[in-house]
Amino acid sequence: MDTVSGLTDDLTITAEGETLTQQHTVDEIRTVWVGPENIVSTLLHYKTLSSKPFEFLFDLCGVDERSRAGKLISLTADFTIVYTLLSFERNQFLRIKVGLTGNYPSVPSISGLWPNANWYEREIYDMFGIVFSGHPNLRRILMPLTWEGHPLRKEHPARATEMGQFKLWDEKEDREQEALQFKPEDWGLKRKSDDADFMFLNLGPQHPGTHGVLRIILQLDGEDIVDAVPDIGFHHRGAEKMGERQSWHTYIPYTDRIDYLGGVMNNLAYLLAVEKLANITVPDRVKTMRVMLCEFFRIASHLVWYGTFAQDLGQLSPVFYMFTDREKIFDVVEAITGGRMHPNWFRIGGVSQDLPQGWDKLVSDFIAYFPKRLREYHQMVMRNSIFKARTVGIGIYTVQEAIDWGVTGPGLRACGFGWDFRKKQPYSGYENFDFDIPVAQNGDCYDRAVVRVEEMWQSLRIIEQCLKNMPAGDYKADHPLTTPPIKKHTMEDIETLITHFLNVSWGPVIPAGEAMSCIEATKGANAYYLISDGNTSPYRVRVRTPSFPHMQMLPYISKGYTVADLLSILGSMDYVLADIDR
Amino acid sequence: MELAFVIEKFVLITAIFLLSLTVAAYSTLAERKIAGYLQDRVGPNRAGWGGMFQPLADGLKMFMKEEIIPTDSNRFLFIAGPSLALLTALLGSAVIPWGPDLVLGERTIPLQVADINVGILYIFGIVSLGVYGLMIGGWASNNKFSLMGAVRAASQSISYEIPMGLSLIALLLVTNTLSLREIVGQQHGGNWNILYQPLGFILFLVCSFAETNRTPFDLPECETELVGGYHTEYSGFKMGAFMFAEYVNMFVASAVMSTLYFGGYNYPGMDWVAGIVGPMIAPLIAMAVLLLKIFAFIFFFMWVRWTIPRFRYDQLMNLGWKVLIPLAIANIVITGIVITVYDKL
Repeated sequence: MDTVSGLTDDLTITAEGETLTQQHTVDEIRTVWVGPENIVSTLLHYKTLSSKPFEFLFDLCGVDERSRAGKLISLTADFTIVYTLLSFERNQFLRIKVGLTGNYPSVPSISGLWPNANWYEREIYDMFGIVFSGHPNLRRILMPLTWEGHPLRKEHPARATEMGQFKLWDEKEDREQEALQFKPEDWGLKRKSDDADFMFLNLGPQHPGTHGVLRIILQLDGEDIVDAVPDIGFHHRGAEKMGERQSWHTYIPYTDRIDYLGGVMNNLAYLLAVEKLANITVPDRVKTMRVMLCEFFRIASHLVWYGTFAQDLGQLSPVFYMFTDREKIFDVVEAITGGRMHPNWFRIGGVSQDLPQGWDKLVSDFIAYFPKRLREYHQMVMRNSIFKARTVGIGIYTVQEAIDWGVTGPGLRACGFGWDFRKKQPYSGYENFDFDIPVAQNGDCYDRAVVRVEEMWQSLRIIEQCLKNMPAGDYKADHPLTTPPIKKHTMEDIETLITHFLNVSWGPVIPAGEAMSCIEATKGANAYYLISDGNTSPYRVRVRTPSFPHMQMLPYISKGYTVADLLSILGSMDYVLADIDR
Repeated sequence: MELAFVIEKFVLITAIFLLSLTVAAYSTLAERKIAGYLQDRVGPNRAGWGGMFQPLADGLKMFMKEEIIPTDSNRFLFIAGPSLALLTALLGSAVIPWGPDLVLGERTIPLQVADINVGILYIFGIVSLGVYGLMIGGWASNNKFSLMGAVRAASQSISYEIPMGLSLIALLLVTNTLSLREIVGQQHGGNWNILYQPLGFILFLVCSFAETNRTPFDLPECETELVGGYHTEYSGFKMGAFMFAEYVNMFVASAVMSTLYFGGYNYPGMDWVAGIVGPMIAPLIAMAVLLLKIFAFIFFFMWVRWTIPRFRYDQLMNLGWKVLIPLAIANIVITGIVITVYDKL
């Protein structure tokens, strides 16, 4: 890794005329270093650039740099905070890094600039112990309030066996019980207003309407929502921490389970970043196979959403039809991959196996079968007048609000902004496909549904094109880091045999570097930001999931509606708890 | 009071009581079967042929379950709630005429428990009482979800009683009597009230859905929002009593609708059939016809439940107060005018 110089333009010069240090990264995303004292002014500068500003806070994450091999010589930071911004007009990411020294350093909060920075900063505090000065509510978000230590710090144990025996002493039990007491003040909620005493309703973490272990604390005046505070973290499994212990190859199945409705789509997001680091170009057949499987999973995921959304509104039958159709998709997926929800089928530099004989028959049967069903669902759900009454005009946000809060995917397109990474920053050969980006105008629950339904039609078009134009060729790249490696050479010379042996036993050694991928997943933009220090496992895995910022927006869009509307809003948001908590 | 009278009433009451419970029990099976067929699946089919013994298995399960009474609840009211709900549900069938008089030797036995001359008012009163079970049960649970369910049940029930009563007034203008027996008698020979009161019937039907807490008006239990609504804290047979009450209510509501608007036990060609089979068998056929009508309504209740979403609370209230009540009043006015004009001619 080295710093680059020379390339100066409006991105490397701050408002004060200072030139920023640039870093070269494998993914060619512009990366600049800023001092902690200037971070707020620099980000404000980028956000308000007179031409083509970076108005979207895409991601915000921390890195514990203390044990990283071969870090930047000129910048000896103990921790780095990485701000990833996106400019829609430039169609460009910008990565801003702040190096921090000390054991529990502090940095100014930017929650005043972007509302969605709030939760990201809380997450960094929770995971690294870095303090954000000026943050309105800096407390743990994913870990339990009584947790000791900050998990993503390198000294924190990664496995329970490293933590010593668990003993629940009386004092510990009392402390845990005390932490479970509900005090509205802790959540920033008032008990009463001038003319009403509020009722607090604890929705979840076990509740039929929350689609998983999500807790929402509702402050109610009658049935009207005064405030809603989501409490997340019940589904936190430490996916990022586990990445630091797994080899590059063995981490793939963990990704399947992050957006567990998206299946191989998660593999793709991860592998695109790994392949950038390893500099692997995959064959066209691999690209098309990946796209086909991803689009199948997009339909499968949207079908689950479609059915459960209708169910949330009290329509109990559609979910059964839609799960039946999802089974048809899983039949195809199973024939191709051997798995169903979590096929774990993509590999570094390719896919696990070539397509089986007769796959085209299965796919074309599905393409012939599905449109009739989709039209029927449209009649049954979308045109139902009670369904419309429950969703039209509910949970509205505008494009500007969506951008401020970090909304991506169908939620963004439902308010009239046709941003889709498959079109704007094509990956895995999406540029070769002919499909449209569905857009709706009002940004309410109904329009989000309209966009998703239309997306299923477009996915079907893409699958049809994959079927007709599946390229011939290999299902794995001919590259030494392809894992598992191509076997045919290994029996011929000792060098490839050794590589094969090492790659299989230790896992591949990915060259040092940093890369981020970004794909249009089922629920929005899913990005993996991987840091390698030239080892058999990643130094840092950052998973940017779409549902996290979407859930953060919930209080903003549900105030003033009723409890029943909250369920419409949650349903139309299409989140998965594992995608929020990771 | 002669002994034979007591015996015949006792037999009749027992029969109707058992009938109500059996129909309610098998409604739960029917509901699951119908849901199964509507949703491309088979439904329960393990207990007995085609799931015939499923209601027995369910009932047994209800009795075997642990009875949980929350420590913070009011114990007496917690038990009173479901009891009251089931009690009022079962009372409703007392005034339904189940068939024409049965002739056994020299005795003529009316197939009706009580032919009181205010039959409609009686049913109306019983239906209104039904909500107390829900309210008391929901309040006594000391759970916010239950409380919200109870509040919703109370206001929904009160709101929909008004259009229900108003649609009945229009019907009374046509029938000139409150006795259900006479109302059924007037409809003999295909002269069904649905022909004179189509709008009134639709209003009554909608209100019946609301009064029985069935989708799209199932807000008091509303799973996705309120977990289980008023019965969130209930388990075992107390939960079963609430569920049974709902199905018995549905049965009674279907019986009332059949009686008031669809001729009760009357069917076309009834006299001809009676002439052939004789006065002992004919009433039983008529009763079977009434049951068929009732089952058709119960099927309709279930069909709707598995087809459409539910309303939001304020939409429900708007529908009740701003649509149904004005329509019901208009129906009375139109009915009154038509009758007056018709009488003058």
